Amino acid sequence: MTTTVVKEARRSSPARPDGARARRSRRRGRVIALLFALPALLLLGALVVYPVLFSIGRSLFDASGDTFVGGENYAEMFRDPTTLKAIRNTAIWVVVAPTLLTGLGLILAVLVEKIRWATAFKLLLFMPMAVSFLAAGIIFRLAYDEDPDKGVLNAAVVSIHDAFDEGSEYPTARARDGQGLNQQKDGSYVTGSPVSPGSATALGLVGVAPKDLPADARPAQQAAAQEAGADEVRGVVYLDFTPGGGGKPGVVDSRESGLPGMRVEAVQGGKTVASTTTAADGSFRFTGLKDGSYTLKLPKENFEQPYDGISWLGPTLVTPAIIGAYLWIWTGFAMVLIGAGLSTLPRDALEAARMDGANEWQIFRKITVPLLAPVLTVVFVTLVINVMKVFDLVYIIAPGPVQEDATVLATQMWLVSFGGGNNQGLGSALGVLLLLLVIPAMVFNVRRFRRSQR
Amino acid sequence: MRRTRRTTLITGCTALVIALTATACGGDDPVSAGGGDKSLSGQTVTVAGVWSGSEQKNFQKVLDAFSEKTGAKTQFVSTGDNVSTVVGSKIEGGNAPDVVMVPQVGVLKQFAEKGWLKPLDEKVKSAVNANFAKVWQDYGTVDGTLYGLYFKAAHKSTVWYSPEALEQAGVEAPKTYDEMLKNGRTISDSGLAAFSVAGQDGWTLTDWFENIYLSQAGPEKYDALAAHEIKWTDPTVVEALDTLGKLFKDKQLIAGGQKEALNTDFPGSVEKVFGPKPDAAMVYEGDFVAGVAKDQFGKTIGTDANFFPFPPVGKGQAPVVSGGDAAVVLKDGKNAKAGMALVEYLASPEAAAVWAEAGGFLSPNKKLDLSSYGDDVTRATAESLVEAGDTVRFDMSDQAPAAFGGTKGAGEWKILQDFLRDPADPKKTAAELEAAAAKAYGN
Repeated sequence: MTTTVVKEARRSSPARPDGARARRSRRRGRVIALLFALPALLLLGALVVYPVLFSIGRSLFDASGDTFVGGENYAEMFRDPTTLKAIRNTAIWVVVAPTLLTGLGLILAVLVEKIRWATAFKLLLFMPMAVSFLAAGIIFRLAYDEDPDKGVLNAAVVSIHDAFDEGSEYPTARARDGQGLNQQKDGSYVTGSPVSPGSATALGLVGVAPKDLPADARPAQQAAAQEAGADEVRGVVYLDFTPGGGGKPGVVDSRESGLPGMRVEAVQGGKTVASTTTAADGSFRFTGLKDGSYTLKLPKENFEQPYDGISWLGPTLVTPAIIGAYLWIWTGFAMVLIGAGLSTLPRDALEAARMDGANEWQIFRKITVPLLAPVLTVVFVTLVINVMKVFDLVYIIAPGPVQEDATVLATQMWLVSFGGGNNQGLGSALGVLLLLLVIPAMVFNVRRFRRSQR
Repeated sequence: MRRTRRTTLITGCTALVIALTATACGGDDPVSAGGGDKSLSGQTVTVAGVWSGSEQKNFQKVLDAFSEKTGAKTQFVSTGDNVSTVVGSKIEGGNAPDVVMVPQVGVLKQFAEKGWLKPLDEKVKSAVNANFAKVWQDYGTVDGTLYGLYFKAAHKSTVWYSPEALEQAGVEAPKTYDEMLKNGRTISDSGLAAFSVAGQDGWTLTDWFENIYLSQAGPEKYDALAAHEIKWTDPTVVEALDTLGKLFKDKQLIAGGQKEALNTDFPGSVEKVFGPKPDAAMVYEGDFVAGVAKDQFGKTIGTDANFFPFPPVGKGQAPVVSGGDAAVVLKDGKNAKAGMALVEYLASPEAAAVWAEAGGFLSPNKKLDLSSYGDDVTRATAESLVEAGDTVRFDMSDQAPAAFGGTKGAGEWKILQDFLRDPADPKKTAAELEAAAAKAYGN
């Protein structure tokens, strides 16, 4: 800014040097220019230059700020795996977020141009910009919550999943160890000792709360006491737990309930030969089985865990999830800026292309995009700078256990300096690193502005 | 960090917003009370502390009682979460409060080392000698000088349970750690998970560890580890982690397994036991669980929710891990003398009784008549705290530098969360803890 002012002032002074008078008036011009620039320079110095220099200085001292440590903070910074993770995440952010945003903005801008109610649509997309990052963070923290009762995204995922695949009746049921039922790798249970026609078995399970029992469940003791006919295998699947305690493991006590609706299979030589479902008192029977020994199997469908959705905020998905929230906020901005560029495109070029028989795709690729390139670059670079300093979203959305997996340089800088570490030396070093990374983008942007001014 | 804990009571991120507003409006409005005819009339004692809301209101009752007795006016300033920063800036600005209620041992030490504190005078000292167990004096002492008086305490060795769930499973409150796990498995057979663990908040995990460690390794080792005089790679630490890991990796014992535990915050863990749809029978945390169960889920403490003391592990004693707010007098306060009188008053059972009647308060003062407490459960907690006498130990993570013991997503919190996710290798976890501790303690 200041440089421009000075230049203007110089330009306004007489162009041709004309001896001493001209020199004097040029000097006076310069003094006046400096006078005008002084308030701006002072502000800039106090608010930007001084803090930057102070940070650089501070980064050479230790946590207390008393001992000079030279480059030790910088060395420490790169020794710490968390910083490396922050650098990696920041790199992902810088590459992915601006690219996606510019692309999305471009597509939306081009599409919006062609519809009615374009302004309303633009307004709608632009609206998230009016929401503060803090509020947006809280909204998305909730939306991404893993509990389908709280997080709207997982609620959607789970209801879609359940529409195709219903959950099982007894997800929490399991057998006691050493009570005749063995769990297989796939989650099913088989009897340890073989059964043969003419015998009755009691298969005890635990882990079902009384309130989770089906309403029609009846006590199993009577059914368990029945003798099996010579050609049948019968038995009972029951809840081996007396409410209030006092039941004996492995014995069908009087108040223990049957588990109705449980699938039971008779397996011989690895092949399922018969299957049935238990009745209200948990009883089941297979009739007409040939002699021989069978294993009874409670297949895994009985025990399938309810689908609990995607863990959006787990260590792997947390960064993409936060980038998603960022997209929600900034897409409108990219679209409006690119849309403005789009409306200034020379219509004749597009018309000419159409006359020459180019289709819309060709026009988009060969004419719109190249002509829009300057705007796209500005949008992209602005977003890069913006993404470098992303802080609030990451800090708010990432839950404690994965905070380290989501961390970026800006959050790391804050955490190290104020969020518990209280090492402002190391924090300043991180700040300087962030500054170094932002500078190329800024130089690039300033250059572009200058060129376009000429 | 006790304060952070209290804010986490409010669900998830809303806490942030509420915390911000709380700090904003907890400001400087003077609440003065006066009258009386006594020695200190005309003086105003300024007290700063982290309390806000109902705690501030109840503490004000104590201050009012002080005013009535002495004639001094009082003014309470709520500092929000960060006492040391606020008090530091007030001292620099020449506007130091007279008395500060310091919420952590570490902060007390830090204040004393900066030379901000006035040693407590003889009268207070003798009151402390007479009314408090030695351990509370020690935690108020820095380099042989008594600076802090512990007025309010927290009991962090309480396991809260739903009596209905235990009855359903036919088990009693356990007397030993092994019995607790055994009963837990029985509860799991009855169809309810035994424990809900708030793994999303790292501090609950450090509290689990501290209770086990204090009981298993004993108070001497506990003190040494808290001061980082022994390393975290010590065999006792590995053993405690191993004990904790056995609980963590048992799918029957933890509601929803490790994955769900990592996704449960502290209010959520209380909800799992005392909410409308219970998933678990027991939740371990400090006496403040009762507050959440009562205020958020409408449970009657004593009938719908009760506690048993954290049972002894192995051959050790039952642990009593605690925390508390200590009153200190600042050198730079304008009415430091009246401030000292206030601290002397706070050391009396009379002052403790005022808040005890109002509720939400435990006093380490052994002279306080237990009948002052409003309900049986609080009385039982207070009794257990006072009876523990000198075996009480302060929350270790609160004694550690914040970078190790009090930072979300870093240090001990983060490492124990990783351990909850994968408890397979206690030795590796101990080594990680040691590395983080060495960095934070700087030795």
